[in-house]
Amino acid sequence: MNVAVAKTGKGRAVSDLFTSAEGRLPGSPSVIAVRREAFETYERLGLPHRRIEEWKYTDLRALVGEVLPLAASPDAAALKRAADAVQANAIAGARKLVLVDGVFVPDLSDVKALASEAGFRTSRETLETDAGLLKTASNDAVIALNAAMATDGVVLSIADGAQLSAPIQIIHVAIAPSASAFTRSEVVVGKGARATIIESFVAAGAKAYQVSDAVIVTIGDNADVAYIRLMDDAPDAVNITSQFVTVGANTKLNIFNMTTGAAVSRLQGFITLAGEGSELGVNGVNLLQKTEHGDTTLVVDHAVPNCVSREIFRAVIDDRAHSVFQGRIIVRPDAQKTDGKMMIRALLLSDEAEADNKPELEIFADDVSCGHGATAGALDDNLLFYLKARGLPEKQAQALLIQAFVGEAIEQIADDGLREHVIGIAERWLERRQ
Amino acid sequence: MHQLNKLDTKMALLEVKDLKVRVEEREILHGLTLTVNEGEIHAIMGPNGSGKSTLSHVIAGKPGYEVTDGQILFKGEDLLEMAPEERAAKGVFLAFQYPVEIPGVATMTFLRTALNAQRKARGESEYSTPDFLKKVREVSKSLNIPQDMLKRGVNVGFSGGEKKRNEVLQMALFEPSLCILDEMDSGLDIDALRIAADGVNALHSPKRAMVVITHYQRLLNYIVPDIVHVMSKGRVVKSGGKELALELEASGYAQFEDAA
Repeated sequence: MNVAVAKTGKGRAVSDLFTSAEGRLPGSPSVIAVRREAFETYERLGLPHRRIEEWKYTDLRALVGEVLPLAASPDAAALKRAADAVQANAIAGARKLVLVDGVFVPDLSDVKALASEAGFRTSRETLETDAGLLKTASNDAVIALNAAMATDGVVLSIADGAQLSAPIQIIHVAIAPSASAFTRSEVVVGKGARATIIESFVAAGAKAYQVSDAVIVTIGDNADVAYIRLMDDAPDAVNITSQFVTVGANTKLNIFNMTTGAAVSRLQGFITLAGEGSELGVNGVNLLQKTEHGDTTLVVDHAVPNCVSREIFRAVIDDRAHSVFQGRIIVRPDAQKTDGKMMIRALLLSDEAEADNKPELEIFADDVSCGHGATAGALDDNLLFYLKARGLPEKQAQALLIQAFVGEAIEQIADDGLREHVIGIAERWLERRQ
Repeated sequence: MHQLNKLDTKMALLEVKDLKVRVEEREILHGLTLTVNEGEIHAIMGPNGSGKSTLSHVIAGKPGYEVTDGQILFKGEDLLEMAPEERAAKGVFLAFQYPVEIPGVATMTFLRTALNAQRKARGESEYSTPDFLKKVREVSKSLNIPQDMLKRGVNVGFSGGEKKRNEVLQMALFEPSLCILDEMDSGLDIDALRIAADGVNALHSPKRAMVVITHYQRLLNYIVPDIVHVMSKGRVVKSGGKELALELEASGYAQFEDAA
């Protein structure tokens, strides 16, 4: 990537990107020092490119080229537009936490309603004094850049035993065109707690913007959590999201991702099963068209024995779009009786569509049951003909089969209302094709 | 002229004229001619490889067949110019020899989508969900089709007999004017065959024609044809009354293979 380089007083090279943003980044001098260090890591590595194994199929230097300057704080007109986008994308009954161009907006959020059930602060407040939020186990270039540039986010804490009566929905709204937003959030779910967290990414008229999000999720023992991400950024936007998840013992966690937007997107999840007896589901659907590039990269780390993990992913790829799925299951030497399975299926709707599936198993224990499968193919002509012979036009016949294809992943969402919501997103995507 | 006078009360529904069809450079139909009038039941019999299924596929519009000569008219319109879904909306229904399983597509969703797509194509109003449910219940009840079948994915886990009954249900629901039953008896035991045939007979009407394609005579014990055609090597080599089927049962197809 090309960034203008400016010399600082200390003689270190720090690009305009950071120096111009520095005044707006929350943090005491010690936090800023951590950010500066992170930025230097990023500068040293540069944007990931194809010669870095983890980024082989998603060459950000070629696909993105340049990191855009930080978006300005939203003004009144921008917030008005954001309010409409929030309303259009709010899940019925959910408590909303809204970030506009990377800045938390209390007026659009349900902070009061949330207060009775969960602890809440903004990341901005937290970062004023504490750099802990900026530290993560994995630290590739995009994660380091996010640590350097994160302006805000939400810090949620759900107490031991808390049973949330409604889902919490974090909504990221993009307003400013040709600018970037960096957010970093933390979610801590206590022992025995039950919660559903939704993270939505939407545009309110913004074009050609970049989103970088990092979420650190820590879940205690005996909890029951659903974490759902719905990414519907503008068709020319970039969205890079990193999730760091640590799961306690005897816990049920279901993660779901739906990608229907962005020219270039990558969701990278680093999930560690750190307590025995837990059940993890990581599922998702990528619906890609035109020249969209959608990457899902997951590392599921079985660090302890007796856990189950299931990954079900479906990618539907139209036109010249490109889907990437990389899934690694690590089974540590002690993690006996691990049961880990991964199934990736790609549906190619055009001759120029491309799917790269890379499942990897790294197994260091000897008493485990692990497996993976990956398929890529077109719609079955016999099924299409059957539907057409019954009166369905081509696109409608395809739509019905595509819905069935993604259905198996969507079915993993336990909540009826949320599942219907996600099916609705898929239906609208299919209608746009017709 | 005599012939015309005889037919003037009946409208020609399907007219296949000198049809030549190739599949991957190999000609399968070598100039087939067939006329089906409304209300008639035709049986097309013939040995394996005589082109029976090819004919049914070409009428329904299955891709992969190249029509090199001849024409197919349906109610006077050029069928070969129409996409499969247009043919369905116009009233052509092919009951498949092997109905496909479509996992993940609920039978009810499929039936409603298909019926409404046909109605929309004809410029008719689409069924609302409650009206549709009412109609499906009526139709399935009249055909003794258990409601449980409708709750599953399309044909998923259905027995051979259930799959054929699902085809009959669709036939009843879509109300086509021409039903082509492709080897309806294959894979069915005698009880399942009787149930499916009863369904077909219930749907036969003065305006609706049936073309029953079969290898064996036994199906014709249940669905009695007005006219029997014998196909061999891509042509209709003999046509006659229902007694022709019995003759075939007794003497086999060999005599016609020579004739072709």
